[in-house]
Amino acid sequence: MHAIVKLSGAAVAALLLAGTAMAAEYEVGQKNKAFTVKELTVKVGDTVHFTNQDDFFHNVFSLSDLKTFDLGSYPKGEFKSVTFDKAGKVEVECAIHPSMMMTINVEE
Amino acid sequence: MRNRTGAARIHALAGVMVLVAAAGVARGETGLVFEAGHPSLQHWLLPERPPYPEDNEPTPERVALGKMLFFDPRLSSDGNMSCASCHNPMFGWSDGLPTARGHKSMVLGRASPTVINTAYNTIQMWDGRKKDLEDQAIGPMEASVEMNTDFDRLFRFLNNNQGYSEAFARAYPGEGINKRTLAKAIASYERTIISNDSPFDRWIRGDASAMTEQQVRGFRIFVDPDKGNCAICHSAPNFTDNGFHNLGLASDGGESADPGRYAIKPVKILKGAFKTPTLRDVALTAPYFHDGSARTLMEVVEHYVKGGVVRERVSPNIRPLNLTAREKQDLVAFMEALTTRHEPVTLPELPLR
Ligand code: HEC
Ligand code: HEC
Ligand SMILES: [Cu+2]
Repeated sequence: MHAIVKLSGAAVAALLLAGTAMAAEYEVGQKNKAFTVKELTVKVGDTVHFTNQDDFFHNVFSLSDLKTFDLGSYPKGEFKSVTFDKAGKVEVECAIHPSMMMTINVEE
Repeated sequence: MRNRTGAARIHALAGVMVLVAAAGVARGETGLVFEAGHPSLQHWLLPERPPYPEDNEPTPERVALGKMLFFDPRLSSDGNMSCASCHNPMFGWSDGLPTARGHKSMVLGRASPTVINTAYNTIQMWDGRKKDLEDQAIGPMEASVEMNTDFDRLFRFLNNNQGYSEAFARAYPGEGINKRTLAKAIASYERTIISNDSPFDRWIRGDASAMTEQQVRGFRIFVDPDKGNCAICHSAPNFTDNGFHNLGLASDGGESADPGRYAIKPVKILKGAFKTPTLRDVALTAPYFHDGSARTLMEVVEHYVKGGVVRERVSPNIRPLNLTAREKQDLVAFMEALTTRHEPVTLPELPLR
């Protein structure tokens, strides 16, 4: 009952529709020292899973006004998740590799 | 609802696994063939020319002006300290000191990094507080503990000096003599301080005799995830990931320790984390680490073999290594293969008036 929707040619982000549930789940990878999508638009209440697909540790954090979080660092194959509860723009980064950056637009 | 979420997660991971299997090998450091010139190794070659900003193409006039400025001690308040005092070509464009000596010989907190190949960095300084060479160049002049430059006096001097005013006019016609053109000229010169023709580079290009067998073994250990695992951070082609890691140096830990990158980005894992330096020409730039605590490349290797000293907040990618005495020597021999035989540096004649 779950559909994985590819958001770009390289199969970088998967939208996981949890049946008829209202909140959706998304997956963003960290691969070759980059987030697999530069931008992602979600709805308030949606959850994004950040999955490390590289052979070394990555981090995920945001110091945005809208939402501040720090998921620590974790190895290949593991993921951590963030639920976005307010509308606005969130800049997401990896503290280990400053060139890794993406934006999540949270819509009402 | 909770169950559904769980199912979705499992599904997500299954999808990822497939992706990794399909595309994982190509870019990772596995699947390499350790033969001189092999196609699987070509990503270790640097681009012929380093990148530069659109408004600052390194023309010969700009490079020549930047070279004068880089070596000119009159840029400092006491007229006795140039960029080359701490980034000295005789010491691999560093200073041979554990940590730098600044204004009035003050002992500074961090080691002078080499400027070799900084042109390829995507971020500058041990803590990454500067974004590019233009952004960096004025910093040491502004710092009271370094060159302590009096800019009013400096710009009066440069404007009244015929040699410099002509050189600026040739290099940056119509742009004037100011912090911006000063920085652009110095950055242009730094973009010529390049190491990209070492025995390692020649071996990668196909010259099988360029590296010894020991050095080739060292290269394997360097990239092997089960051996040195060095290349996950000192990655191709400039031997840096432009990233920040805590290596568990003895100077870390406790309240007074250098916060490193954490002072710029207050994220927990950045406490005591510093930028991965390039290893090109590294045999020329002892002592090593941001605190100058390792005197030789072998001491550096011993540090990694131990997996760090202060393990409190060490990077999870640093763990004790299982290397024999011979393998450690192989690693050192490999790092010694990263030295380019440079053309002798000719010093500029500085315009007296
Ligand atoms: C007193 C010694 C001293 C002088 C003089 C000095 N530097 Fe440095 N330089 C340092 C130290 C120490 C660092 C590292 C500081 C840090 O990261 O906090 C550094 C860092 C740098 C970096 C960054 C390298 C990297 O890999 O991130 C560049 C580029 C650089 N200096 C260029 C210059 C230029 C250009 C000048 C002259 C305008 C200059 N320096 C003058 C000591 C010096
Ligand atoms: C987790 C990332 C990481 C790994 C793995 C790693 N390094 Fe480093 N390396 C760094 C960082 C970061 C520094 C600078 C740290 C500091 O000074 O605080 C560094 C510094 C060095 C230096 C000193 C360079 C200088 O100019 O001071 C050498 C040499 C070196 N590493 C070699 C190696 C070798 C050999 C290996 C494998 C055995 C290795 N590194 C594994 C990140 C790493
Ligand atoms: Cu990362």
